[in-house]
Amino acid sequence: MIAYLLRRILYAIPILIGVNLLTFALFFVVNTPDDMARMQLGIKRVTPEAIAKWKQQHGYDKPLLFDARAEGASKLTDTIFFEKSASMFVFDFGYSDDGRNIAREIQTRMMPSLAIALPTFFVGLFIYITFALLMTLFRATALDIAGVALCVLLMSVSGLFYIIGGQFVASKLWHWVPISGYAGGMDSIKFVVLPILIGVIGSVGASSRWYRTIFLEEIGKDYVRTARAKGLSELRVLFRHVLKNAMIPILTGVVVVIPLLFMGSLLTESFFGIPGLGSYTIDAINAQDFGVVRAMVFLGSVLYIAGLILTDISYTIVDPRVRLQ
Amino acid sequence: MMPVILWTDALIFLLIAVGLTSAWWIRQRPHLMLPWQRVAKSSVGMVSLLVLSLFVLVGLLDTLHYRVALPEKNNGQTVYSPEVLSAFDALASGLRSRTEKTYSAPLAAYLYAKESLETPDGKVLRDYPRLKFGGAHLGDPQHELVGDVVKWALMGALGGLLVGAVVITVILVSFRRKPESSDVKELRSRQGEDVVPLRRAGLRGWIPALAGMTSAGPLRALLIATLIIAALIGAVANLSTAYHVLGTDKVGQDVLYLSLKSIRTGLVIGTVTTLVMLPFALLFGIAAGYLRGWVDDAIQYVYTVLSSIPSVLLIAAAVLMMQVVIEMHGDWFQTSAARADVRLLALCMILGVTSWTGLCRLLRGETLKLREQEYIQAAQAFGVSSFRILTRHIVPNVMHIVLISVVMDFSALVLAEAVLSYVGVGVDPTTISFGTMINAARLEMGRDPMVWWALAAAFSFMLVLVLAANLFADAVRDAFDPRLNRTEGAK
Repeated sequence: MIAYLLRRILYAIPILIGVNLLTFALFFVVNTPDDMARMQLGIKRVTPEAIAKWKQQHGYDKPLLFDARAEGASKLTDTIFFEKSASMFVFDFGYSDDGRNIAREIQTRMMPSLAIALPTFFVGLFIYITFALLMTLFRATALDIAGVALCVLLMSVSGLFYIIGGQFVASKLWHWVPISGYAGGMDSIKFVVLPILIGVIGSVGASSRWYRTIFLEEIGKDYVRTARAKGLSELRVLFRHVLKNAMIPILTGVVVVIPLLFMGSLLTESFFGIPGLGSYTIDAINAQDFGVVRAMVFLGSVLYIAGLILTDISYTIVDPRVRLQ
Repeated sequence: MMPVILWTDALIFLLIAVGLTSAWWIRQRPHLMLPWQRVAKSSVGMVSLLVLSLFVLVGLLDTLHYRVALPEKNNGQTVYSPEVLSAFDALASGLRSRTEKTYSAPLAAYLYAKESLETPDGKVLRDYPRLKFGGAHLGDPQHELVGDVVKWALMGALGGLLVGAVVITVILVSFRRKPESSDVKELRSRQGEDVVPLRRAGLRGWIPALAGMTSAGPLRALLIATLIIAALIGAVANLSTAYHVLGTDKVGQDVLYLSLKSIRTGLVIGTVTTLVMLPFALLFGIAAGYLRGWVDDAIQYVYTVLSSIPSVLLIAAAVLMMQVVIEMHGDWFQTSAARADVRLLALCMILGVTSWTGLCRLLRGETLKLREQEYIQAAQAFGVSSFRILTRHIVPNVMHIVLISVVMDFSALVLAEAVLSYVGVGVDPTTISFGTMINAARLEMGRDPMVWWALAAAFSFMLVLVLAANLFADAVRDAFDPRLNRTEGAK
């Protein structure tokens, strides 16, 4: 098991290098450091000196990928790519264009993100699975058909509708909660309730339908027939036997997401004005702040890979037959 | 008039060509026809297909672009207007040109905002002015409006019903079903499906069909749906000649026109993206699964890298980069439509890159399974070349996965466009799309009285399009998925 984990972690390194190369290429093949400097300093009337100074200040005055003039190993290390990317592997993210420490920013912004992402995730999971089990319980009846129809309807509605409609009804019409914003401590509850609710409702259709398919696939299997033949009630069969056996397909889709919860939801956060990592990223993209975007992409990939490894580990917990080698 | 073919237009034409060719190809082969006939038996599937095809019709009309020649000539050369129009614009020229000053509610006769009006006796009065076009024929809108709207709607609906009935008759008479050939019957009976076509008798004439004497099934559902839709279209079309059915937006444009124009953008995002990504997914997925070894490793590496970046981030970063390129090279494009179009195409490509990995992984898994099958091993033993095995044996057997995932992706892509445009990394702001409509309308919710119609129109059009696409996708999946046990379903 430990050997397996070690191998997986080592395998992550080339992937992370690839991710870095990709973001690097996205930003630099298309617009050169000169363009970036011009963007930051204002497009018109920029002197070449100002550009050179900006580049030197931000460390963009080196070759991009390969330095032909340097000697030996520094051919590769004395470049923008190496300087900006190698430090990421020790989670040193450097500074954003407005001079703030990115790592610290990430630390402070993590809490609001989690305050929304975690409840959304767990409440959602509970509701989706319950709903799906109920549909399975009443399968092939009018209730089941109505449930599926509702799911299809809900998943056909744009997510923007839930957000705009929810903000309108809950904040403007009923004055339940503030439209957007955030506060620390216990005050945060009234700010996070609406985003959580909307997050849960927003994916109830697709998720419940997906879980229903999983349960329906399980229910045709032999062990279910055996359980029924023993005289167990249908409820017991579903909650005791089917739910446990459906864990593997459920975990496959679910565990991957858990580490990514740290990243927050890009959209929800920017709609509700929550100072989390998601809105941080969107702001950085809009401001063309390469340092922040690169850090967030890197963090996202690390968490995604962690999620994949966690998924494998979770298999061994729910199914003792699975051995990681 | 000069025809203009934008990049996305060309791709749509290519898509249509591919679609027609494959339809012709499938028609020749009864075993490929069978799943489609199963789709044709699903009432929900057929009705949603009808709705979808109406959307596609609008989208296609909106794809035939041209530029009008200006009356004055420059050194004997014709000068064309910088504005790119489409066949749809020409058809809906009334909708397009009848613009008001600013907002007006659906079916209103008065403007949304008060203005200083001069009364005949010279006084100045603050009141809501009459609209230039909406209900302009009414003498006293406050009393006549409701009755007049009902009258126009009813007349339109009747006209629509009449046209619908005529269309149905023509279709039923010209497409009477021929008796099935014996080999199709045999195939059907082998697959455990009903051998006797249920509705052959009912198709003899259109009167029994219309009277609902055919057995309950897709045909009856289709007839009813056609009539309802025809009545609806008739009513809306008739009303829109005298009113703004869905109101007008901030600059006085008709919201109905904007909604209909948005359809093309949604369809382009949903289909061209697929067209862009499909070759890669198919090629890489099958190559990885069949060749294995270092090819597999390399391809797996590529898609793990791509899928480990959160897709919104990748899309946002890529779109912003594209934007910079387009801004810096304004001289590449003759018209602003061409520039907006390139941005749309770029968005499709970027979405294609991010949505490519899922299908690729599925195809790789399926190919890994297939290559261990006996018939592939037999082909290998006979010395059939790898290329031939791939094209003759593997590709046809993974096509159902491709088809299912393509139709399933469509609705997700349409929804994604709205969200991305809303965040500001979607289509060009000048492109009319659901996302830009919602984006323009979102601040209007705070006005008093509330301006809700543009939002409502965008969301309803999107809901109908996506719902139809989802239901059709379900019908296709049910018909093509070999894992479903069909004999059980028939009982």
